[in-house]
Amino acid sequence: MEKGVAYDNDMNLKATELRLGLPGTDESQKEYSSFVKSNKRSSEEMDSSCNEEECAPAPKALVVGWPPVRSYRKNVLQQQQKKSDSDVSGMYVKVSMDGAPYLRKIDIKVYKNYPDLLIALENMFKCSMGVYSEREGYNGSEYAPTYEDKDGDWMLVGDVPWDMFVTSCKRLRIMKGSEAKGLGCQ
Amino acid sequence: MAQSFPEDVLEHVFSFLNYDKDRNAVSLVCKSWYEIERLCRRRIFIGNCYAVSSEIVIRRFPDVRAVELKGKPHFADFNLVPEGWGGYVYPWIVSLARAYPWLEEIKLKRMVVTDESLELISKSFKNYKVLVLLSCEGFTTDGLASIAANCRNLRELDLGESEVEDLSGHWLSHFPDNCTSLVSLNISCLGSEVSFCALERLVARCPNLKTLRLNRAVPLEKLPNLLCRAPQLVELGTGAYSAEIQSDIFSNLAEAFLGCKQLKGLSGFWDVVPAYLPAMYSVCSRITSLNLSYATAQNPDLVHFVSQCSNLQRLWVLDYIEDTGLEALAASCKDLHELRVFPSDPFDAEANVSLTEQGLVAVSEGCPKLQSVLYFCRQMSNAALVAIARNRPNMIRFRLCIIEPRAPDYLTLEPLDTGFGAIVENCKELRRLSMSGLLTDRVFEYIGTHAKKLEMLSIAFAGDSDSGLHHVLSGCESLRKLEIRDCPFGDKALLANATKLETMRSLWMSSCSVSFGACKLLGQKMPRLNVEVINERGLPDSRPESCPVEKLYVYRTIAGPRVDMPGFVWTMDEHVSSRLSRVTERRGD
Repeated sequence: MEKGVAYDNDMNLKATELRLGLPGTDESQKEYSSFVKSNKRSSEEMDSSCNEEECAPAPKALVVGWPPVRSYRKNVLQQQQKKSDSDVSGMYVKVSMDGAPYLRKIDIKVYKNYPDLLIALENMFKCSMGVYSEREGYNGSEYAPTYEDKDGDWMLVGDVPWDMFVTSCKRLRIMKGSEAKGLGCQ
Repeated sequence: MAQSFPEDVLEHVFSFLNYDKDRNAVSLVCKSWYEIERLCRRRIFIGNCYAVSSEIVIRRFPDVRAVELKGKPHFADFNLVPEGWGGYVYPWIVSLARAYPWLEEIKLKRMVVTDESLELISKSFKNYKVLVLLSCEGFTTDGLASIAANCRNLRELDLGESEVEDLSGHWLSHFPDNCTSLVSLNISCLGSEVSFCALERLVARCPNLKTLRLNRAVPLEKLPNLLCRAPQLVELGTGAYSAEIQSDIFSNLAEAFLGCKQLKGLSGFWDVVPAYLPAMYSVCSRITSLNLSYATAQNPDLVHFVSQCSNLQRLWVLDYIEDTGLEALAASCKDLHELRVFPSDPFDAEANVSLTEQGLVAVSEGCPKLQSVLYFCRQMSNAALVAIARNRPNMIRFRLCIIEPRAPDYLTLEPLDTGFGAIVENCKELRRLSMSGLLTDRVFEYIGTHAKKLEMLSIAFAGDSDSGLHHVLSGCESLRKLEIRDCPFGDKALLANATKLETMRSLWMSSCSVSFGACKLLGQKMPRLNVEVINERGLPDSRPESCPVEKLYVYRTIAGPRVDMPGFVWTMDEHVSSRLSRVTERRGD
């Protein structure tokens, strides 16, 4: 029977600079998070912070009855989400940025090409991502846009032709430039 | 002293006593008062249908007109009680039908209700008036057709948030043309479209209709037709609140609302199109109860609408309201009693909206009458909880759900013991508390010491040891219901406080550390408790005594062990040892 997580005094110091971001972006956050992302192939950063102890509690989505939302309400919410997600005219994907406290949702069908999309993202998150190059990616930029494709792989935005991107992109993540190095080189 | 009042005078005096507590007190004065009272008690509330048998009820109270029954434990709402556990109402209906031909009212919560039961109700009582089914399941629209067809003087039909097998909307057409008695109709949980013509005619011929909650299938364009025919409505639940943006639809809607001068409560709003919210502006200032918890509208439309309702007392809303919306609420709705903020995306680890502890603090500061809170959020701090406690010592119900289990104070990374401690210490009238986040045994010490009026406590993923549970059971004098999940509480505290359990309605413990052996001991020691073990994975093969049970439900009862248990529920009493060994023997071969 698992005990309540005893928090480690050491962690306090590091974690005073606590930021909210995706699991795996900051090791110290993992201490109390029982949420484990179930990507088919997680990136390097995500694997390293997931040691046995922390993985023992079940992924949140699989904990029965938590959070305590009544089935009736869950069903209604799911129905309404499905409706908005499968908008015939739209293709909504979530966008997160490392360090930002919450996500946005955008309709990628609204954009015609990569430059349009990048400009929109730069405006939305007030960051600079620079220009994509096949060889160097977004080298030199503060941030780099990445996305999760249908197979669960994380790719650099711009690697595939636009039309293929639109149909295979499941969600976007604006990563710190330094962390995006090495993506797509698997 | 010899009795000086004749019986009918006493009976007349007792007729002014409506609360069960008062009537129970009166029954204890002397034998003759007990006799007089039991003959004139008309309303019965049974908080646990297994705590008493219908025979005992009928024997004591021969002339009852209204019965309220509750079945499954509260955690059934979150799928913690397996299918088939119990809570069947049919045997009760059979007994009530035989004993109380003049029964008018049945209210059920978390019970399994079959079409058979509904048909029996519809045919057994000569003056049947009220049927309320909250969070029930097991019936279809055919059962509703029986009720509609046979209850000539039906006043109230409320399906709450029940799970109904929706075969068709045709059942509504079974209300006869001469049924004009409806005061309240709530069909919001139904999926199928009912015949709009039949609905329109029904509404038109019931001049006393005060509450009408439609289901999603009723289109917005048709709402004015109903409102015009029922301008006396006090509570309205809309259907889907969406339509193409057309000026004639809008103006019809606005005009119809203008005519509803008595409207105090609004709900529904599925698929809401914000452009249509202003159609209700004419009624906003009179609205005291607003349920937008299925409305996926966002700010600024959402907060703009809510701020129009300056006399709001109760608000249920999704977290799309965000901190900014709650700050506006705190500024404009000074009469607010109750706030419930539900999560729009509960299963996402990341926040999709900007709703934090700040919103709740703002409301606790700005709304002096705030006494009832249900709040889902993703971060909390001790500082915020202390502020809330200091702002609102009049808090009565406080339910906080931090979505991440065991999440600490996000500022200091400490447990939230201090915060919740402040809540129980400052809010001396607190009757209901649900906690979440990182909590140690210390918080239970605070609760045991201060929460003397606490009646219901819900705990999840909290505590370090048995002393946590011991503090609660030994300290909370008014405790009636305790529900616990995923806490390291075990045998010691449970057995040490066995007699306490007889003073409570029930105790639920799931995924804790209580052993079969302790449950057996408890059951044997306390004959007036039903100690029920739920183990879907069957009984353990080896060393059953020390194995932890999956789920434990203990409740006081004068009806003895129940007889309708499914295979995965065992009552732990003096006979259980032989039963257990027989089962394990069988499995051995």
